[in-house]
Amino acid sequence: MSFSTALTRSGNTVIITLTGELDASTAVAFRKDIDRAAEGDVETLVLDLTDLTYLSSAGLRGLVFARQKMSDGVNIVLVKASDEVERTIRMVGFHHSVVFADSVPG
Amino acid sequence: MTDVIRADLDWVDSFPTQQVAGYDVRPGRTMPFGATMVTGGGINFSIYSSAASAVTLVLFKAGEPEPVAELPIPDEFRIGSVWSMTVFNLDYENIEYGYRVFGPATEDFRDRFDHTQILADPYARAFSGRNEWGQEPDRSNIYPYRSRLTFEDFDWEGDQPLRIPSVDLVIYELHVRGFTKDPSSQVAQPGTYAGLIEKIPYLKELGVNCVELMPVFEFDEFENSRINDETGERLYNFWGYSTVGFFAPKAGFAATGKFGMQRDEFKNLVKEFHKAGIEVVLDVVFNHTAEGNEFGPTIHFRGLDNRTYYMLTPEGFYYNFSGTGNTLNCNSPIVREYVLSCLRFWASEYHVDGFRFDLAAILGRGPDGAPLENPPLLESMAFDPVLTDCLLIAEAWDAGGLYQVGSFPNYRRWSEWNGKYRDTVRRWIKGDEGVVGDLATRLVGSPDLYWARGACSSINFITCHDGFNLADMVSYNDKHNEANGEHNNDGANDNNSWNCGAEGPTDDPEIQRTRIRQMKNAMVLLLTSQGVPMILAGDEVARTQQGNNNAYCHDSELTWFDWNLVEENREMLRFVSNMIGFRHAHPSLREGHHPHGGDPVGCGYPDVSWHGSRAWQPDWSEQSRVIAMMRNGHNITGDDNHVYVASNTHWEEHRLELPGLPDGMRWHLFADTAAAAPADVAVPGQEPLLDDQHGITVGARSSVVLVGRPMAA
Repeated sequence: MSFSTALTRSGNTVIITLTGELDASTAVAFRKDIDRAAEGDVETLVLDLTDLTYLSSAGLRGLVFARQKMSDGVNIVLVKASDEVERTIRMVGFHHSVVFADSVPG
Repeated sequence: MTDVIRADLDWVDSFPTQQVAGYDVRPGRTMPFGATMVTGGGINFSIYSSAASAVTLVLFKAGEPEPVAELPIPDEFRIGSVWSMTVFNLDYENIEYGYRVFGPATEDFRDRFDHTQILADPYARAFSGRNEWGQEPDRSNIYPYRSRLTFEDFDWEGDQPLRIPSVDLVIYELHVRGFTKDPSSQVAQPGTYAGLIEKIPYLKELGVNCVELMPVFEFDEFENSRINDETGERLYNFWGYSTVGFFAPKAGFAATGKFGMQRDEFKNLVKEFHKAGIEVVLDVVFNHTAEGNEFGPTIHFRGLDNRTYYMLTPEGFYYNFSGTGNTLNCNSPIVREYVLSCLRFWASEYHVDGFRFDLAAILGRGPDGAPLENPPLLESMAFDPVLTDCLLIAEAWDAGGLYQVGSFPNYRRWSEWNGKYRDTVRRWIKGDEGVVGDLATRLVGSPDLYWARGACSSINFITCHDGFNLADMVSYNDKHNEANGEHNNDGANDNNSWNCGAEGPTDDPEIQRTRIRQMKNAMVLLLTSQGVPMILAGDEVARTQQGNNNAYCHDSELTWFDWNLVEENREMLRFVSNMIGFRHAHPSLREGHHPHGGDPVGCGYPDVSWHGSRAWQPDWSEQSRVIAMMRNGHNITGDDNHVYVASNTHWEEHRLELPGLPDGMRWHLFADTAAAAPADVAVPGQEPLLDDQHGITVGARSSVVLVGRPMAA
């Protein structure tokens, strides 16, 4: 299982690009990125899921962790969430806490 | 400095001390029982058995038929009767776990250890095995209900239980799957927690503020599943009164169950209900388990500690006070602690607002089955610090003949499903004689039963999942349970129902009109009675179950809510909704004390008075079929409030003289079940002035509700 993340910061926006399979074994790496992202002043956290091939429930929990780690004022944007991921997020009620987008906001 | 201390804390218990079956382990923590994450890594497994000689932790890769590893818990890890072990480096998301428990073979049947079976953890917070409702189980599975590891990271966004005062509650009993499974529900995920969320606006509009969910603890819909010989229909354990996992929400009710996210989905359901101002009460079944009798499956308790968890005869067989094969030994100290920790878990982890206890009389029986005067379990619940705000509702009888309505050990804390309310009101509505005095007692909150506890201890209901629903109560004289495949031998025979002139569906418009009127009459009485009203889902739209009064085994249109009825029976829905609104608008109908004819608020009228053909002169005779109740007190603005409810179960109309109102007040007509819609019920607060202030004609088998309001300026 391969999984990698890349974190870029531009002003008050942090973009984390997730590639591969996010599950229990790889969620730790993702959480570390979230910790790093939370260090500076952040207005928007963008999670680019375009190249994410699999998201397990532990991975989804990673997204919840991101929400909890960020202060309430921070917008969390999920880019290119698959239909199944978006549906699952809605059914467990997490959609109130995030914004879905088709592309990385400029 | 702080960092150093924290690092040290993390370090404790973070390192394995040895290996078992190739896994890094260390001695575990005895408490809490179950499987929990340990700070710094590792999963702590802890399990209790009073007489086991050895315990092995069995690990599966999720979904694999055979275990991936078996880890005997070293005997030096045992403290007292508790085996605990912390295991490191588990792929926690992708494993299932269970136990093999070894124990002595004994002469009698009190112990039933069997290490060839893999046992589920009674404390497991999630199960796999029945992830998707109705998916045919693999009968060759050596471990059908598999314990899963879970996490507590749900974002509640500040949610907390609502703590709605009991006096204000209107309860609505529903089945999670049945409520939205029918395609007419038009929800995205029919039959699930997620689907139920989409119907919250409907419940809000109806006006109820508490839902009582029929069992949602993990159960097996395939338990006793069979094919009905006559119809060829597959029958299920649809209702779910047979628990497999007490700490786990039913995965098959979750659209996300296949991802193992049923816990999140259920929490989200509770959160959304709370946002809408609706409490969530769980119908819980602690009187027995899904392990059944001697011939039932071994799931957990039987193989773990049979003599502790079950009430046993001296020969070691199962007492059957539940009517389902076994009886949980609730007042043993161990089981008591188990039940309490389970309730605390649901109250704190899931934010539920209360519990309704199935066959609760069993919870007051001792290990030999004899009813206890002061049952430790019921007392512990009543005074439990975590459960302080939770409703505790007893179904105060059991299948062993113990009937405790009004006498359930209550500590002034427990409320009860008032079975006597149901029986009396049903008999009155169908027109029985000799009921009027008892009816009056029920309408004022059954002070004969609950004087010491208060009126809210009476959960008033006319229908519930057991027995006829409202439409069938006015359409059938006898039960018609043939579809259950038990030759109509199951289900209650004392239905106190009347079919209004024809058994079942009819084209006769007169009978149809009578039935609608009778249903409205029932709702008038229910929603103007002192105590807490409970409505069965679907009764507000006259849902029929075709005369089946025990539809526990049907996962079909017979039990599913048909949402087309919301349009077809809009008249009934409007009536019920406005009646609920009327109740909310008149605090004098829902006070905590029992009215007794005094004038506690000083409004110049007794808090309750009774009337007949002549005002102030009720007819209490055996033959009486007419009674009117006047309630007086204050309304929400603190002004004087007068409500008059007349019920006529005679087949002829009756002219009733009205009691006079204070100067400046006039009677207004809120409801008249004899009138054609929309004149049958007004919008609360917009009741039209009654032309004749001195008397009113109450139609045959009809009810009238009046409210005293100041004359329009």
